[in-house]
Formats: sequence, structure tokens, C-alpha cells
Amino acid sequence: MTAAKAATLENKRFTVWVANRTNLAIGIFGLLIVVALALFPTYAGTPLTRRLVDFFTLLALAQFWNLMLGYAGLISVGQQGFIGIGSYTLWLFSDIMHINPFISVIFAAIGGAIIAFPAASLVFKLKGGYLAIGTWVIAEILRLIVANIKRTGGGSGITIQAATKLGTTVRVPGSYWWALASAVIAIAVTYFLLRSRTGLALKAIRDNDLAAESNGVNLWRTKLYTYIIGGAGCAMVGAIVAIHLLRVQPAAAFSINWTGYLIFISVIGGVGTIEGPIIGTIIYFVLRETTSKYGEWYFIVLGILAIIVTVWSPAGIYGYVVRKTNFFLFPLQRKLRMLEGAKE
Amino acid sequence: MSLLEFENVNVYYEDFQALYDLNFKVEEGEIFACIGANGAGKSTMLKTVAGALVPRRGRILFDGQPIDHMPTYKRVEIGISSVPEGRRVFPSLTVHENLLIGAYRNRKGPWTTDTIYELFPLLVPLRKRQAAGLSGGEQQALAIGRALMANPRLILMDEVSLGLAPVVIKRIYDAFPTLLNNGTTILVVEQDVQHVMTVAGHVACFLEGRIKLEGRPSELTNEQITAAYFGV
Repeated sequence: MTAAKAATLENKRFTVWVANRTNLAIGIFGLLIVVALALFPTYAGTPLTRRLVDFFTLLALAQFWNLMLGYAGLISVGQQGFIGIGSYTLWLFSDIMHINPFISVIFAAIGGAIIAFPAASLVFKLKGGYLAIGTWVIAEILRLIVANIKRTGGGSGITIQAATKLGTTVRVPGSYWWALASAVIAIAVTYFLLRSRTGLALKAIRDNDLAAESNGVNLWRTKLYTYIIGGAGCAMVGAIVAIHLLRVQPAAAFSINWTGYLIFISVIGGVGTIEGPIIGTIIYFVLRETTSKYGEWYFIVLGILAIIVTVWSPAGIYGYVVRKTNFFLFPLQRKLRMLEGAKE
Repeated sequence: MSLLEFENVNVYYEDFQALYDLNFKVEEGEIFACIGANGAGKSTMLKTVAGALVPRRGRILFDGQPIDHMPTYKRVEIGISSVPEGRRVFPSLTVHENLLIGAYRNRKGPWTTDTIYELFPLLVPLRKRQAAGLSGGEQQALAIGRALMANPRLILMDEVSLGLAPVVIKRIYDAFPTLLNNGTTILVVEQDVQHVMTVAGHVACFLEGRIKLEGRPSELTNEQITAAYFGV
């Protein structure tokens, strides 16, 4: 991760770099955590493993959602549309075309990316709140279309037969590894995208889209990239959820609740950082596990917490940490290091 | 051939017409200044060149090529970049990152981060700072530097002196000859007539969406300018 990229300038007097030794150590530590988590199903019981599937799928979704809102300024309230499409694409590939469900997840992601193209051409004509409503409308249209297909059981949904046949000993660890992979993919894609040239453009768009465009950024194309990544990512997660739950229903797969969770997670954790959704997902998950048995109090606690955080630190919990320490687990800022002999 | 040419350009904001049959030419290598009161259409003209507005009638030629329906980012590619009114630097990016965004289209030319830091030494100690914390003058220097990073043939400057201290305005105008020597033509819009008249090779005075007066500053009298500026 110590990408001490030499500036491609004549008479260079400095290098541009984004990470330091601490970040390298954290990177290695992170890798160890991922390895430990990957081995989790071998030593933990099924109930705990299943719970972590929920956790990682939410983390992946939050990360993709954050990429779209935090960097491209796309307030999508319609990611459940892609989750639903992913779930049903999985059914199509595994039950109708008889492809292994775990491989069908890849096709589901491709399906999400394909849907994202025409959706983008509609949605990108809108801005801000209108864009949010537009994405929701598209998700509802997709839900209504799917709910009216007899083959998939209409509104009552359908069981993924291929996933049932896998048996618990294969299905639970398998969906766990896919869930973990989806979270790692979401973080890795966001990290490397943001460190690329497109990432710099995305950050400029976040600050001021008109100014970014007048500096030569192709606004439409850059937003399209993130929208396609978001669509493919959410469809991938939708497919994993379908394997995990064995059953898909339009009302659940296309539920607006998905987006509700994602908004809560991102707002609490901090929009526009990679760390924010991680923190947000952990907080949401801990709250859910500890307070959901108290019924409606669970929602009251979530709501109060969201209010407190937005008032106390609009940039979220991680935004507060950055303001106090300027420390990034995933460094994205391009920094300068002066070479010897150059004046500081 | 002129670098930039307006041919009977009419621009509207919805029903409101802002520019009426505008005709003028900017020659390569000169400083062309547009002056005029608020609402005269100067900024509208610049926005039309930059690509934020599309003329309803008439056309704009850049180096002989019509550009009025070209997307903004393409215009940067062929060598038009702008210093927008109010600077519009990217507040969360560092000074250096702001400059890198300017070079997004990778046009080749004399301007690199090194030469920008040479042109505006005041930016050197600020390289690692977020642009949000810069003073107005520093932001203006950064906005000009960012626009230059695209190695433009034509740079559009909207009200560069607005809200800045006289000493800072002087420093920015002092950089103009360096820009010209590097092959950049400057189209500048100003309300501050005094300053711009000393550097401009050509001046056009806008009034109510039309050019009321045009010529070399040396050929124009103060009375003529005052009359055109206020429309009396």
C-alpha cells in the first residue's frame, strides 16, 4: 500500500504518495482479519455464521451506496431494485438454467450492471431529491413487473430449489464466503477506484459538479461508472441473500427497508469515507442484535441515534474522528513528499 | 482565422433573452476584455463559450470549428478552460489535487504543477492544505492555476478581481504576460475597468445583451467608455 508514486514531471522535486507505513501495517492486519473471518465457519456454529452473512451483505451494500452518494452525489433510494433483480437473476440462472448457485451470483452481478445502463439514462436527467424519487420509482416498477410474472410465483415469491438441494453444510459456509467476499470486493473496488484518476474526478464532483465538468471531467460517464458498480454490487448481494434465505419474494427483495438501513448506516458512520460504512454497519448490527427483542423500542433507539449523530457530527462518527485526528484507515488523499535538496 | 468567433449568437434563460445577435472575434495571442455593468451579459457570454449555456440561434467558432453544441469536457480537450466567477475551487481537495484535476484531459503544453508553482509562489507552502482554508486571493490563484493545468489555448476569466485586495489583483494581472508568452489567449470579463484597460489589447463594452462599444483601449476615450458602460 505504500504507493510512493513518483510524479511524472520534469525536474521533479517531490513525489506524490497516498499511504504511509502505518497504513501498510494496518493493511497487513486487515488481511489477517479477513483470513481469520474466512476460517470462521470451520470453528463457529451455524447460527453465528448465518448472522455474519447478514452483517457482511449489509456492509457490502452500505459500501456501494456510500460510493454513489459520497462520491458521485447520487442519492439513490432505489438500490432495492438491484437487490431484487439480483435475487431473481439468481433464481433464473440456478433453477431454470441449472448453473451452480454460487456461480450464478456472478451472473446476477452482470444482470445488475445491464439494468443499470437504461436506468442511468432515465435517472441522470434528474438531480438531488428528484433523482432519489426517480430511482425509487424504477425500483417499484421492477417490483411490479416481477410480482406479475406467474413463473416466479407472482407476489408470493418462489423457493430457490437449487440452493435447497445444496444442504446446510455447503450452503451456509458457501453463502458466508460469498458474503465476506462481497464486503471485501465492495471495499477494494471503492478503494482502488477512488485512488485512480476517476477517483480524483469523483471527489471533485462531490465538491462541485459544475466546476468539475468545466475542468474537463465527463460528468455523465463518471457518474455512470459508479452507478453501474453500485447496480452490479447490489445485485450480487441480492443473489447472495437469495441463496442464504432460500426464498425470494418481491415484497422483501424489493423492499424500501433495504435503502432505509443503508441510509442509517452511512449517516451514522460517515458518508464519503470507506471507514464510515464499516463503523455504521457495526453499530447498526450491535443495536439490532441487542434491542430488536424490545419491539418498537428498537426503531426509537435507531431514530434517536440518527438524530444525535446528525446534529452532533453531520459528517458521521468517522467524520468526527477524521476532523480530530486526520487519520484514514484507507488513505485516499494525494500527499506530497519533498525530495532532498528541494525547498519546503 | 480568429481563435474565437461569435456569429449572431442569441442566448436565452428560458424566456428571457440575455444576448442579442452577438458578433465579435478574439484573435490568438491577445487579451480581450469585456466590460460592462451588472446584467449586461458578459458572464452569460463566457458561460456560453465554456459550455454551460447553448445559444438558441447563431454559432460560436473555435479555431474555425463550430463548438456551440460540444459538451463542456470536450471543450477543455480542444483547449478552452475557464476560471469561473467565485473561483469554485474544490474545498475538500488539497491545493495539489485541485491542480491535478485541472490536468484531467491530459493536454500537452508548458503548464505543469511545477510551472504553476513558479507562476504563483504563494501556492507553494499551501500545497498540502485543503482548498477550503485558503483566502480569496489564494483561491483565485489556485483557480487560475487549475485552469492553466489544462494547457488551454483560450482561458476564460470571470470577474477575477471581484472581492480581492488591490495588491492581490495586481499580482494576478502581473501573471497575464507570462500566460500570453506561453501561447494562451485570454478572454477576461471585468467590472473593474481601470485595471483591465491597462493590460487588454482589445476591449468590448457590453450593455443589455449587446456590444455597445469595441476597440483598442488607446483608441477609446473615457467619455466614450462611460457612455457605453451606463448607456447614457
